[in-house]
Amino acid sequence: MKPYRTHVMLCAGTGCVSNGTYKIKDALERELEKHDLQNEVAVVMTGCNGFCAQGPVAVVKPDEVFYQLLTEDAIPHLVEEHFLKGRPVQKLMYTPPAEKTPVPKMSDIGFFGKQRLVALRNRGMIDPEQIDEYIARGGYTALVKALTEMTPTQITGEIKRSGLRGRGGAGFPTGKKWELAANAKRIPKYLVCNADEGDPGAFMDRSIIESDPHSVLEGMIIGAKAIGASHGYVYIRNEYPLARERLIKAIQQANDYGLLGNDIFGTDFDFAISIQQGAGAFVCGEETSLIASLEGRAPEPRIRPPFPVEAGVWQAPTNINNVETWANVPEIINKGAKWFAGIGTETSKGTKVFSVVGKVKNTGLVEVPMGITLREIVYDIGGGIIGDKKFKAVQTGGPSGGCIPESLLDLPIDYEKLAEVGSIMGSGGLIVMDEDTCMVDVARYFLEFLKDESCGKCTACREGIDVMHGILARICEGNGDEGDIELLEELAEAVKDASLCALGGTAPNPVLSTIRYFREEYQSHIKDKTCPAGVCKALITFSIDEEKCKGCRLCAKNCPQEAIAGQAKEVHTIDQDKCIKCGVCADVCKFEAVLVA
Amino acid sequence: MAKITPEDLGRIREKMARTMNLRDGGARAKITVHMGTCGIAAGARKIMSALLGLVEQKGAEDIVVTTSGCAGLCSREPMMTVEIKGQAPVKYVDLDEEKTGRIFSDHVLSGKVVEEYALAVGSERVA
Repeated sequence: MKPYRTHVMLCAGTGCVSNGTYKIKDALERELEKHDLQNEVAVVMTGCNGFCAQGPVAVVKPDEVFYQLLTEDAIPHLVEEHFLKGRPVQKLMYTPPAEKTPVPKMSDIGFFGKQRLVALRNRGMIDPEQIDEYIARGGYTALVKALTEMTPTQITGEIKRSGLRGRGGAGFPTGKKWELAANAKRIPKYLVCNADEGDPGAFMDRSIIESDPHSVLEGMIIGAKAIGASHGYVYIRNEYPLARERLIKAIQQANDYGLLGNDIFGTDFDFAISIQQGAGAFVCGEETSLIASLEGRAPEPRIRPPFPVEAGVWQAPTNINNVETWANVPEIINKGAKWFAGIGTETSKGTKVFSVVGKVKNTGLVEVPMGITLREIVYDIGGGIIGDKKFKAVQTGGPSGGCIPESLLDLPIDYEKLAEVGSIMGSGGLIVMDEDTCMVDVARYFLEFLKDESCGKCTACREGIDVMHGILARICEGNGDEGDIELLEELAEAVKDASLCALGGTAPNPVLSTIRYFREEYQSHIKDKTCPAGVCKALITFSIDEEKCKGCRLCAKNCPQEAIAGQAKEVHTIDQDKCIKCGVCADVCKFEAVLVA
Repeated sequence: MAKITPEDLGRIREKMARTMNLRDGGARAKITVHMGTCGIAAGARKIMSALLGLVEQKGAEDIVVTTSGCAGLCSREPMMTVEIKGQAPVKYVDLDEEKTGRIFSDHVLSGKVVEEYALAVGSERVA
């Protein structure tokens, strides 16, 4: 193989691809050729780097220089300066919000510094489409160990001792699950990788598959050996084309190398993996619905027992784990249960991948040790709130989770702690909200999502969520009545109690947690008919502060309704009949003269 | 591609070692060619090509070749710095392809500093 002196690790995760990574790749290759550097500098396409907010991003090896917000126009200068003359380009580097000078090295950037990579150990270090690069980083050595040095019981025992728990949401101990599946007497047995990540704003599993598909496959093969499964399915949603494509390639490569198929590594162990495409329904995150969909039936949950371990796919014993869980497995086998159990808290071991989104400066994908506080994630990694506004709440666990207020920012994150405060770990979505977020509106938003996603099997879920959503919408429109909060609480209990699966069982969480921590905000909507955050249109009016208005005409020029009158250098006024409360005037005003109340 | 054995995994890792060393900083030796305008004018590109050729020819998988900007001693270009892991870096000056070849075989591969071409051992202090 020809030696290169520099590798440009260009992010080709979905976020950066949407921001034009492939145009950057073409420009880089074009410019490198122009300077005759194509044999010295290689452009390597990697999976998601994590710092999606700054995409497209690239890391230059071996210098470790991190470049962000790349544009085609910047490439000629970058190639000439850095790759020809060896002078890193400052203006393409990242400058942390609180600082003035750019930080050249990736490891010195706070966003990366606090992370600990286990599931994402190869992210940005390899081309996910090259199996040899995965192997070069120690890939498939855990499989050799599991197949040639360990018995199935030893594998399961190692996973049990590691304390690994399901990363899909419920946090069931993985080793325990495997043990139950291993003890099932009937054959064949199946194994499923749940890649139906359905939470809005969550992209952990997608990114793991995109950046390191073989880590998931290796985990699955080891799991199959432990429980005695002969076939594995990856159930992946249709909305993840790039992840699916990389997975298909990875399976093909593993087949070619004999890492899948018959007599793997010369042992008599056979295992195959196929991909099953889902249509992206939230309810398919639930195991029995997923199985129904996988078999070609409508995705409706059913009563458990029998659990999938007794009667799963095609009524055979089945073990289902989520993408992130599988990706952890090879590392645990390689480094040992003790190493893994040394990370995290008393009850929650290892790391967790979170997608950090919302009103935070550094949105992206992060992997942190369990037990890290929300404050560290929001401020140290996330860089704080956009526009330095006040933090209000963070929603964990997606639509099935809850909102956690500022007073609990120092909460160490693990499965139990999150449950104690009325939320869940879920699959790891973290939505950060600022002072301009209305919590009633947030609850309404999540219930609207769940109302559409309810499969309709259980009356309590189908009708109950719809009625709760109706009440929330009514409150937001200024038609809330005394007793609505209590009614919501009562309905919430009914929906929880009378739903078969976790979709209904957790659907009231966004409502209950916002009532628990932001009850006064509900009361303002109902009693005073005001929206303190200035979000619910029916409850707010826009007016102009006569003292602050300089008469600059900026708001009038930007108003789509031409609802603002007033001459230059005179105080302006808003015609309430024409105003559609879009908020543009408040956004553009430089003197904070637009009042929202 | 034929089925692989556990031993093949090791062979693939060896084959990929240089690629990975470049990325994770695991190389045994790092050679930095100073490629400021002055260095390029004095022929640093030729030094770079020669080095990459030598690395390929010797199959030296544990060596990383990289560049940096002007080293501040423009009159002595082309220059390069050789860093063997765990040892002080050595700066070589007034290079040509022949000298580069000797430094590569004596110092980089065999660990013997070529004193007659060396400017100094060590690097400037960074404040």
